[in-house]
Amino acid sequence: MSVVTNTTTIGAIEAPSRRNTELALLAFAVAIPVFAYLNVGLAMDGKVPAGMLGYGLGLGLLAAVAHLVVRKWAPYADPLLLPLATLLNGMGLVLIWRLDQSPRLIATSMRLYKSFSPDAPSQMMYSAVGIAMFVGVLLLLKDHRVLQRYTYISMVVSLVLLLLPLVPGLGADVFGAKIWIRIGGFSIQPGEFAKLVLAVFFSGYLMVKRDALALASRRFMGLYLPRGRDLGPILTIWAVSLLILVFENDLGTSLLFFGIFVIMLYVATERTSWIVMGLLMAVAGAAVVGSTASHVKSRVAAWLDPFGCLETATDQNMLNACDQMTQVLMSFGSGGILGTGLGQGNSDLIQFAANSDFIFATVGEELGLAGVMVFLLLYGLIVERGVRTALAARDPFGKLLAMGLSGAFALQIFVVAGGVMGLIPLTGMTMPFLAYGGSSVIANWALIGILIRISDTARRPAPAPAPSPDAEMTQVVRP
Amino acid sequence: MSELTLTVMRLGFLAVLWLFVIVAVQVIRSDLFGTRVTQRGSRRQDARPQQNTRQQATAPPQQRGQQPAAGGRQRRGAPTKLVVSEGTLTGTTVALQGQTITLGRAHDSTIVLDDDYASSRHARIYPDRDGQWIVEDLGSTNGTYLDRTRLTTATPIPLGAPIRIGKTVIELRK
Repeated sequence: MSVVTNTTTIGAIEAPSRRNTELALLAFAVAIPVFAYLNVGLAMDGKVPAGMLGYGLGLGLLAAVAHLVVRKWAPYADPLLLPLATLLNGMGLVLIWRLDQSPRLIATSMRLYKSFSPDAPSQMMYSAVGIAMFVGVLLLLKDHRVLQRYTYISMVVSLVLLLLPLVPGLGADVFGAKIWIRIGGFSIQPGEFAKLVLAVFFSGYLMVKRDALALASRRFMGLYLPRGRDLGPILTIWAVSLLILVFENDLGTSLLFFGIFVIMLYVATERTSWIVMGLLMAVAGAAVVGSTASHVKSRVAAWLDPFGCLETATDQNMLNACDQMTQVLMSFGSGGILGTGLGQGNSDLIQFAANSDFIFATVGEELGLAGVMVFLLLYGLIVERGVRTALAARDPFGKLLAMGLSGAFALQIFVVAGGVMGLIPLTGMTMPFLAYGGSSVIANWALIGILIRISDTARRPAPAPAPSPDAEMTQVVRP
Repeated sequence: MSELTLTVMRLGFLAVLWLFVIVAVQVIRSDLFGTRVTQRGSRRQDARPQQNTRQQATAPPQQRGQQPAAGGRQRRGAPTKLVVSEGTLTGTTVALQGQTITLGRAHDSTIVLDDDYASSRHARIYPDRDGQWIVEDLGSTNGTYLDRTRLTTATPIPLGAPIRIGKTVIELRK
């Protein structure tokens, strides 16, 4: 640990378990979506919606189960993670239900598929599976350090998960992005789960290699350049993420994949040069692919000038991308500061993927800037609790894992929110917990489960000193 | 539904959302104000013990008198913190709150010693039933010294007595 030159010590946290705080916050987090549900119903039909009791009870039941499991099996866990995730999930349900009620979306669905099925019930089911996953993580993973044993296995697993959509017959090409696989009647997005497995691999790998990566380096123009052989892994990861980008047309996953690695490298080695190199490599890769792959090219055109490209678009695909982007921007704009009110916006004009990729536009229109800020703060608080857990964790593996998971979460929010708001080109990723999508909800509940497990270990008071067996047998005669 | 009701609901909902965020931030406020964050290593010179002692000596007497009372159940004159006064970790403090403090080179120690003369689990400091702090050597190779004597058994620590492990010296202070 001789690299440590300027570190801070965090004093011992007093150890109340804070489970009652969590329970109170959870009750609050269930009440808010019920209020939102009532608000949507009153605004759209002028009466109290019929399913309100059902959704409220369902969400409350899920939250109660999760709370009881945390109380029993992770009593010292962070009190904020569960309520924050529950609130986001509940609000997601309300927003999806609200878009289900939209006559425009129903008409589009009837025109395209000759049928319409509401998404809110299935999202409710996915949430239940997500909570089951959360409970499963807490029950099966008694100590997060167990994951350290599976460092290289998780590397293989994550690569397989990432490459599965390319397998012919299994992968499904949905609207240009090949990120789904179809098994039986279900389609799964393996990339969402690969995110978790990758974080496990990176933390296990970097924990062993951090000194080699941090210390064996040459100084060049104020940057520490690592040795060639240490560059191997970062180059491999870069190449793999580019391959995903090229063959799966998925800018988001590729960015996430590479981003987690750079974040964790920086955290493990404290070398700024990794961030500089990572950014340069990401920009170089994105520039090359962005100017060649047509799918990515239309997204870039829609990002640079959404209104202009409505006229200059060369093909239908690009026109669709530009049209979506203009609708999303109009939706944010018409929301203004305070929004139009739940159920009173026109964000359903986005039509395609309005309740998954673009759900944030509904937040922007109906709750306005004030609401968007709340949602970003809620996500920010989850990330903050994750980073705090990493600070408090006592073992290096737990530190890196908590940091990697919260980094992945933060990066995903940046990529989605930035894409929807026109800061960066749009990528096909989902807003965690908020957007419609089974894989996303389930994987993110698992992520919260792992963070809760690490924070429980980190905040648990140190065990009482074990009674020494010699203490009674040995008599010391003092002079 | 009347326009007014909907407007009130819209603003009310935003207020409720913000209230949740504020409550959540209140819950983690203890992270900002409840723990002590100490810089260590970089400012080795200013963290020398004489400055610390001088600061303590110049503190107004009332304030010093109040400090143990703020701890609640703590006895008068009981130490409230453990300070590293020499070695690579100079300036590090750990609040004494009834928990056991382990010292050694092992990663999971409370104070991780970066010292060639320290064993991986070198010593531990813990309170006995009366709240008296005890130091005990955990069978280390090079020993733990209280003042000048090598410890052979669990020994009560007088306030301000130096405990030496390799090049590191720690002491308990009020």
